[in-house]
Amino acid sequence: MRTFYGDFIKGIWRENPVFVILLGMCPALAVTTKAIFGLSMGCAVIFVLTSSSLIVSLFRKFIPTQVRIATYTMIIATFVTIADYFLKARFPAISKALGPYVPLIVVNCIILGRAEAFASKHTPVRAVCDALGMGLGFTLALVILASVRELFGSGSIFGVQLLGAWHRPWVIMILPAGAFITLGLLVGIFNLFKRKG
Amino acid sequence: MNLVLIFIAAAITNNFVLTYFLGICPFLGVSRKIESALGMGFATTFVMTLAAVITWLINHFLLIRFNLPFLEYVSFILVIASLVQIVEMFIHKTSPDLYRALGIYLPLITTNCAILGLALFASLREYGFIESVIFGFAAGVGFTLALVIMGGIREELEFADLPEPLKGAGITLIIAGMLALAFMGFSGLISS
Repeated sequence: MRTFYGDFIKGIWRENPVFVILLGMCPALAVTTKAIFGLSMGCAVIFVLTSSSLIVSLFRKFIPTQVRIATYTMIIATFVTIADYFLKARFPAISKALGPYVPLIVVNCIILGRAEAFASKHTPVRAVCDALGMGLGFTLALVILASVRELFGSGSIFGVQLLGAWHRPWVIMILPAGAFITLGLLVGIFNLFKRKG
Repeated sequence: MNLVLIFIAAAITNNFVLTYFLGICPFLGVSRKIESALGMGFATTFVMTLAAVITWLINHFLLIRFNLPFLEYVSFILVIASLVQIVEMFIHKTSPDLYRALGIYLPLITTNCAILGLALFASLREYGFIESVIFGFAAGVGFTLALVIMGGIREELEFADLPEPLKGAGITLIIAGMLALAFMGFSGLISS
């Protein structure tokens, strides 16, 4: 039981994919203008990561080593297509806002990275625990980044107005430049805490 | 005129790295020195232009003709991965000098999201053949530009006195933010 818990928890804090390992930066920067977009992207990644980790782990003894990367990519691309079509059908507004960044989950290094580094070497249960932890860590990072940007950029979090009329929106937070600078500072803060803790 | 606009938009005002956040991993990873930034940039531009050609052909002659849009992502990524492999083997045979110069950067390109992003953007905007090729080449030029500028800044940064937690990724991201601001200044080129 403890190993499963350890596999799960490390992705959230100690090996957080965005703040510590710096993987999956494209969606983290691109879709975080509003907290709700960050959360949707995070959920899509959790789904793709968990399903593909499970399949990779189940078939780990049958996939030939020479073509493993291509096989993993095919598995991931299939689940990404499912996630994309689901979003298009059920949440058209969010799907439109996320645009090409949903299909781009295919090349998100977190997913291929976990398939190669963890799922291909461990049992399905451990692979799923690891994938859930990494996915939640990714979602958490996205929601934090998006909340900061939404708070300063439009004075709200998840669409709930928090700052009054005195707050003049910082347009830069919504622009690409704001994404880079906010993430840079967050990585710095994360490092500060990690060295103390 | 339209083609010139596409070129300027993809290379400068809507720079792939600084506006669409595509190819951030190599942008952070290979931008420590101008020389390696240039090598990565050339290799990527080369593959991007080729990928734009091939994915356009696949999209129009297979996916649209036989009504298979749900295979778009699977086929694009497969094509890009094999393209990189073929290009690597071809350069290895024909031009060992070029191979030595690009060598280590070529395999890394498969996982560069800018290539798939380029194919997706081109199909989303329904570009024609010539437009797609120009778009692919310009996106590569823009990527190279961002990488080389970053490489130059980071070489100078070696000697700067930075707060400990910001060293490495933190300060690189903040500088990228400032570069993005600077590139925004070019947006007047298009709207006029």
